[in-house]
Amino acid sequence: MESMTFSSLFTDTCGKPEHLSRRTLLRSAGFAGLSWLTPLSQLLAIGAEKSPSRPKSVIVLWMQGGASQLETFDPHPNSKISFGSTSIKTAVKGIEFGAGLDQTAEIANEFSVLRSVTGDEGDHARAIYHTKTGFRPFPGVVHPSTGAIMSHELPVPVTGGKPLDIPTHISILPSALPARGGYLGARFDSFQVGDPIRAVADLSSRVDEKRDEQRFESLSVLEQSFAAGRIADLEGKRTLHQTAMNNARSMMSSEQLAAFNVGERPAAERNAYGDTPFGRGCLAALDLVQAGVRCVEVTLNGWDTHINNHEAHLKQNGILDPALASLVRGLKDRDLYDDTIILVGTEFGRTPKLNVTEGRDHWPHGFSIILGGGGLRGGLAIGETDPSGEKTDPTRKIRVDDIHATILSSLGIDYESELVTPIGRPLPLSEGRLIRELL
Amino acid sequence: MKFARFRLFGAILLFLTLVILLTTGVAHLLRQNPVEPLEGRVIPREGEDKIEIVNAAFLEGWKGKQVIPTPEVDLFTIIRRLSLALTGAPPSLEELRRLDTLEEDADPLQSWLDHLFADPRYHHYFAERLNRAFVGVEPGPFLVYRRRRLANWLAEELAANRPYDAMVRDLIASEGVWTTNPEANFITATVIQNGDNKGPDEVKLAARTARAFLGISLDCMQCHDDKFGDHWKQSHFHELAAFYAQAEMTLTGVRESRNKDYKTAYLGQVDPEVVEPSVPFQKELLPDTGNRRLRLAQWITHEENRSFARAVVNRTWALLAGRPLHSPVDDIPLDGPFPAGMEELTDFFIAENHNFQALIRMIAASEPFHRDSRSVDPDNPVTQAQEEAWAAFPITPLRSEQVAGSVIQAASLQALDQESHFFTRLRRYGETREFVKRYGDQGENEFAEEAGTIPQRLLLMNGKLVAERTEPNPITNSATRLANYSPSNEEALNAAFLATLTRLPNEREREHFLSQLSTFRKKGRERAMADVFWALINTTEFSWNR
Repeated sequence: MESMTFSSLFTDTCGKPEHLSRRTLLRSAGFAGLSWLTPLSQLLAIGAEKSPSRPKSVIVLWMQGGASQLETFDPHPNSKISFGSTSIKTAVKGIEFGAGLDQTAEIANEFSVLRSVTGDEGDHARAIYHTKTGFRPFPGVVHPSTGAIMSHELPVPVTGGKPLDIPTHISILPSALPARGGYLGARFDSFQVGDPIRAVADLSSRVDEKRDEQRFESLSVLEQSFAAGRIADLEGKRTLHQTAMNNARSMMSSEQLAAFNVGERPAAERNAYGDTPFGRGCLAALDLVQAGVRCVEVTLNGWDTHINNHEAHLKQNGILDPALASLVRGLKDRDLYDDTIILVGTEFGRTPKLNVTEGRDHWPHGFSIILGGGGLRGGLAIGETDPSGEKTDPTRKIRVDDIHATILSSLGIDYESELVTPIGRPLPLSEGRLIRELL
Repeated sequence: MKFARFRLFGAILLFLTLVILLTTGVAHLLRQNPVEPLEGRVIPREGEDKIEIVNAAFLEGWKGKQVIPTPEVDLFTIIRRLSLALTGAPPSLEELRRLDTLEEDADPLQSWLDHLFADPRYHHYFAERLNRAFVGVEPGPFLVYRRRRLANWLAEELAANRPYDAMVRDLIASEGVWTTNPEANFITATVIQNGDNKGPDEVKLAARTARAFLGISLDCMQCHDDKFGDHWKQSHFHELAAFYAQAEMTLTGVRESRNKDYKTAYLGQVDPEVVEPSVPFQKELLPDTGNRRLRLAQWITHEENRSFARAVVNRTWALLAGRPLHSPVDDIPLDGPFPAGMEELTDFFIAENHNFQALIRMIAASEPFHRDSRSVDPDNPVTQAQEEAWAAFPITPLRSEQVAGSVIQAASLQALDQESHFFTRLRRYGETREFVKRYGDQGENEFAEEAGTIPQRLLLMNGKLVAERTEPNPITNSATRLANYSPSNEEALNAAFLATLTRLPNEREREHFLSQLSTFRKKGRERAMADVFWALINTTEFSWNR
């Protein structure tokens, strides 16, 4: 068997220092983020938060399974690869979307469609990793997702004059592969919650106040015993056990928790989002970014349409459309759109051919991702795929890591800066290039 | 009417039986007071004379680095370390009591290892830990890959204590169907099912082989020569991959096909060229005959190929002590320098014909494994340098399934093993799975030392598992049983500490808890005991290996 042309796929991805650009500042990953809990860093955070003009949050709507570009944001109606799927006009002349995205089409000028995104992975797990981190899976290193990098690099959000009580990186309706902290540490993993109509699990003590008090009194005695004689600053430099516990307790009593629960919202508002778990997730995402959360990921499953592609996509579009459109409108109504980057992403697209079960298979060679808000240019369709389905290379190819570089750069994060990973290898935050059309 | 009376009588009888069982069971476990950790020193059963050589290497290392070792820990701490590493759970109260019944001249630690090596929990738990190194945690290709079967096969191999080199030869040279020949899953885990390159993936197999069996990371050399030094070339990687080129999927499973070539385009080349199989070092050990995978397997496991033994020594050390001798665990420099003790342990493992249990006994007997994780003087705590030189046992996070196992085991006075009732084991399986999902699983990155997270704390403070396993329940929870049947608060407290932290309370802790417990009676005592368990389970000590 002949090997794949790995040299072309793996160029400069090993993370060895010689591969990396030189205009960088080497820092340590992992525990570099611990200082955010100190009073000094809180003050710095408050100061930094006052500086205007950069977007502060990102919302990722994740279409798990691989949404077909041909039935969503890159239709080729009347071509042989459409196999009967239709399109609708949008608010932007010359840009059409797949059937069922009517509300989104009305606000197409608010975001841009990247129609030539290419990845290097055709397997779900590997492609999700690639698309969410900008790096291909590589043994020994787990790369962080955008939300983890934001939480690590940006100051702790401040709300009402004090740092946020709730996590800054959240995944709603997480799939098996939610956004992770990778080499930055598990504490930068997304905080996972289910359908926001239900209370978040484990946020209430199971005993009364008196018992609670006694429990923590006992815990304090036990922790003092354990620390005695053990490595200096065991808590601050290694375990963060009590720190995490204190943060968890602050969260348990925080008013900001209300953002997680959309059950009390008026039915009309929920209905506008479709009142599906995904729609409710989008409504919660809006509340969460308003509360100051850095990154919210909301997952919509069901796009892996190897069977009955067209029918399944119509159904999926029916869930996505009201939620996405309402979210964009909601962000604009609350004056948050310029502060928030919104991304509609997926791990890969689907084949131009229809298989024998009328499904489309995996296609990483030119699929669609939506990027908008945060001051990025809207109303564009960047890149083109071949309407005949013959060519695998789209024009104006956009690699998945280009999207990462563009988002990080917009947030004011030097995406080329390098972090020394816990295994001693320095890695840049992103190896992508900016998508200049959006800036 | 008669039937109703009979039912009532039956219910009373059942209740009385339960009460008697519970009372006598707890009384039996608490029959000696106070519980004192046993003194003991380990001598490995195999290669007794080698322990001095191994320990001398560590002592020399401490001297060279000018670090003073911490004191020796008590037997209970060693037993805790071993049980967590080998079974994924701390010892039960019942197991600890078994130590009291040992013959006077018995070596308690060797007896403990005998006990664990015979326990299916060790076979299955350790098999899973090894499996992560061999095939990772990904679900893998549809139908042709059965990860669970491979793990069960490894468990059987561990139960039989088959030499490690023989196990690895079977994995690399395996043939047949993945269900009846489970070792073939090592090959089928990499199968590409779509596209032009269908079949076992030589590239994945080469990278995995280098890391798991040789302790070297050649992944970067897939695309270019080593830019760190001039040791590794791109050709090394692909020549290794070529050993797997003739593995193919047939109707009868994995087979070797003698007429298949491996091709690759090296960096700068446009056209792929045929690559002949070759090994990256010690070429003289490669046999001339046999099929490609068999030759590779024989070369890797050759007793003169020290990198093979070194890789498993480093990994086994990490599995037992939470941190490898050389980090990263699978990137050991071929020609050194090696950390203190590594070469001596490698010599021992080779001399013992790759006897896995002997290696575990030797590591358990070594000086570092007996060091405390704390200093005697709180004003002069353990230093980083002491930990790095293994002059102090490092504090490392327990894995998620070890934390789950600890909660579940702590709630039961008896060991939850293969002899437990089916429903008990089923419940444990379900609870562990759910807990691990929420606590977070590090997957293949076994030895990344992650700090605690908010979801982990929420799960242990307020989660269902801890509540169900500690709140009043006389049938299933040790907290309630201890509250109801212990002769005194002190004995209940001792048992609670042993069940959760495998140690007795110190003076301050004893004073604090006894004062708290003394104010409660009956139901209040049950709840107070539940709170003692809650506090113990929520400590750093419970979630970190000491």
